[in-house]
Amino acid sequence: MSEDRLARFAVSPRRRRADRLARGVLLAATLVALVPLVLIVYYLLVKGLGAWSWNFFTTDPTGSTFFGGSSIGGIKSAILGTLEMVALASAIAIPIGVGVALWLVEYGQPAWFANTVRFFVDVLTGVPSIVFGLFIYIALIIGTGSTYAGYKGSLALSLLMLPVVIRSAEVILQLVPGALRESALALGAPRWKVIFRVVLPTALTGMLTGILLAVARAAGETAPLLFTAGHTNQTSLNLGSFMNSLPYQIYNDVTSPTTEVVNRAWGAALTLVAMILILNLIARLVARRSRLA
Amino acid sequence: MSPDAHPSPIQQTPEDMLQPHERPSPASGPSTQPAPPKAGAAAGGAQSVAKVAHEVRLEGLRAFYGSSEQVKGIDLSFPANQVTAIIGPSGCGKSTMVRCINRMHEEIPGARAEGRVLLDELDIYDPAVDVIAVRRAVGMVFQKPNPFPTMSIFDNVAAGLRLTIGRSRRGELQHRVESALRGAGLWDEVSGRLSSPGVGLSGGQQQRLCIARSLAVDPEVLLMDEPCSALDPIATLKIEELIEQLKQRITIVIVTHNMQQAARVADRTAFMLTGELVEVGPTDEIFTKPSDSRTEEYVTGKFG
Amino acid sequence: MEAASAPTGGERSLLERSPLARLPDRALKYGLTALAALILVLIVYFFVRLFGEARPAFAAAGIFNFVFDNNWDPSAGQFGALPLLIGTLITSALALVMGVPIAVATAVYLTELCPRRLLAPLTVLVELLAAVPSVVYGLWGIFFLAPKLQPAEQWVADRLSFIPFIGGGIVTIPNCFIAGLILAIMILPIVSAIAREVMSTVPSDHKEAALGLGATRWEMIRIAIIPYCRPGIVGGAMLGLGRAIGETIAVTIVIGDSPTLAHHLFGQGYTLAAVLANEFGEATGLHRSALFACALVLFVLTLLVNAIARLFVLRAARGRSRGGASEGPADLGIAAAVGA
Repeated sequence: MSEDRLARFAVSPRRRRADRLARGVLLAATLVALVPLVLIVYYLLVKGLGAWSWNFFTTDPTGSTFFGGSSIGGIKSAILGTLEMVALASAIAIPIGVGVALWLVEYGQPAWFANTVRFFVDVLTGVPSIVFGLFIYIALIIGTGSTYAGYKGSLALSLLMLPVVIRSAEVILQLVPGALRESALALGAPRWKVIFRVVLPTALTGMLTGILLAVARAAGETAPLLFTAGHTNQTSLNLGSFMNSLPYQIYNDVTSPTTEVVNRAWGAALTLVAMILILNLIARLVARRSRLA
Repeated sequence: MSPDAHPSPIQQTPEDMLQPHERPSPASGPSTQPAPPKAGAAAGGAQSVAKVAHEVRLEGLRAFYGSSEQVKGIDLSFPANQVTAIIGPSGCGKSTMVRCINRMHEEIPGARAEGRVLLDELDIYDPAVDVIAVRRAVGMVFQKPNPFPTMSIFDNVAAGLRLTIGRSRRGELQHRVESALRGAGLWDEVSGRLSSPGVGLSGGQQQRLCIARSLAVDPEVLLMDEPCSALDPIATLKIEELIEQLKQRITIVIVTHNMQQAARVADRTAFMLTGELVEVGPTDEIFTKPSDSRTEEYVTGKFG
Repeated sequence: MEAASAPTGGERSLLERSPLARLPDRALKYGLTALAALILVLIVYFFVRLFGEARPAFAAAGIFNFVFDNNWDPSAGQFGALPLLIGTLITSALALVMGVPIAVATAVYLTELCPRRLLAPLTVLVELLAAVPSVVYGLWGIFFLAPKLQPAEQWVADRLSFIPFIGGGIVTIPNCFIAGLILAIMILPIVSAIAREVMSTVPSDHKEAALGLGATRWEMIRIAIIPYCRPGIVGGAMLGLGRAIGETIAVTIVIGDSPTLAHHLFGQGYTLAAVLANEFGEATGLHRSALFACALVLFVLTLLVNAIARLFVLRAARGRSRGGASEGPADLGIAAAVGA
């Protein structure tokens, strides 16, 4: 038989079995990795959708936790609170983050200073989120003798967002070809115009992806808000007062003995995850249109 | 005989240990003249090896990347125990064609090949043939020396062997690593530091290490894809001398863009242009009196 | 060199810019430099203040005693953080043991074995695990995972009752094991992302060399890919460890709040981060200071782990440039993944 011609080179059954086994194990591991995601989404949908209703979105939590009886309310203040605080946090973190990234890429002198800044950004990346909350607590609550406030929560969130924004902006800005800058400079444009009219627009879509992911992350964080924004049930448009938020509301409701409250927590969780997934989706769509990465 | 336990050809190979089909068949085609065994071969005890001679034949080979055809129907023989060089300008498909011979071409996503590639009488593209066995039978040395960076010199050469040799045969492993290193002309330089990293060698030594690695699994054919293009002239010379010795035991196909190298090293030369075989013949004929005008233009440097 | 012809009108030479025109450039440069300096100032400031707030607790018993005293009892004024430290280490170790192998296996599958059509959707799904907020992990963990796994955990505890710590005890609903499991799921995306990054930069040279020797797919992975990626994978695992150590909310929900040294894998436990979440709200005086001290320990711990991680990832990058591959978007990709 012509196949025996290569008999001395053939793969032994043992090796073939090992190859097949390894492939099977690797595939199985990948599926195992996806099981939690599937289960979480399933549970969120099953338990969360049941809690959704018009009331759910348009009334504030009443804070009552008695069995049955009076209504427990919805999560309006939580949604609005999250939107407000994340908006403020983004308004703070994005300009500062992009600014630092710009400095690192466009200037970055002296080198020891740039490396120190990069090192500290690295440090910020690894800080546990609750420690950010404590930082703000020390600075703005102990330091000033005042109490919780929505904007303090925003500041803690912006600290959290800062390293993510800086990192992703830096990566994208470095991808802008040097030739582009040089041709603009060679045309006689001043440095600031080159940055704002050439570099930033080119990098914009790429940076947007990183920014959106940072915003999505901030929206989901609970720990930084625990000791900065306080908790309240009413909707508030005043960032200087206590402010509710989705993650905090869920955290509060998780330990409740009342089933309806726990169901509300599931509904709020579904709302939060939906918001985050939408942001992620937009980020991915934007990434696809980026001219750089 | 179990597939994992074939005898090393470096040792004396009694005739009766060879399978009937491994003995050179008298019914080979006219283009396959096994080179007569040379006396005093470099690798010790190699006189028994020349009993086994393998030729490669391409019949209507076509190679595609997706829908783009890079090799457009090639019929070409590589005679046993000879060095055949493939020359041609960049992008003419020579590397692609050669990578079809050990079925590495199909590793690229979207790439495929059609036609027949015959190793002696066996079409390696036959669906019944195991591609992994083909790759052991047809070895490959790449353009850039690529020893495994995390392995020592010994482990590099042994890498292919360890796949088939169990732990109980350590002695045989050491013996075969030494033979392979001798066969690659590297033994004297590295015998004292077999456990040092493979990447610590010079470029030329690394490439000879890669040759040793390929030789260790005892292939029938060795494909060399521009093996010296990343090396300095002295290293190149050493490898060309090596090729001269190796061809007594195995059939060699060498892709090169350096025509002087082809002239020095190859018995036969094939000239390719835009995926087609233009001309093939004895090396000095190709370079002194080529029959095709395109060949003449290329070898005289009018293009490429 | 020919002189440029003078423009009509304007006394200044064509090549000079007025000080006014240079102002925006100067302003931009100094402004951005100030922002960069702000980062340094902020972190130093916070660290100093944190240490200041923590000092009373350290002073009360000495730093060594604070960290290694096995007695956390706020009501009695005792603040030894050992149970919290051990709890943190146990849950993080569990997360590594359970999460890293799966993450690496997933990375190998996605880079080497996955059919091309499935690659994008599967990758997105694995990365989506990172999008789930920690409070939702806690919610799901305490209401779904913990009850579902309790019978199995009890079975294991009963069968292995001869092994201390693992066996012989009652399985409580919030417990250490569930916390470790949830953490494993949470660090999976980041470890997998880094592993995938490193694996996708293995030069095809090495893979082809292995295949050319007649290796099966798995043998090629074993010979050419895994040894090459080891430093990068270790770096990724350490970054996952850093994340696990600092994770607060999910762990707080599923680990209970018993500040005694966890004697049982399937019993309640406590971590540094969880104690902050649970007790900080009402803490005063020395208690609060002790909590700040916990935060400091947590901070320093994550700092160390991340620093070591970056060393490994850096060594992986350097190894690659030695092996021939040049730095490119892949390394920046790692930087971004690590920042995210």
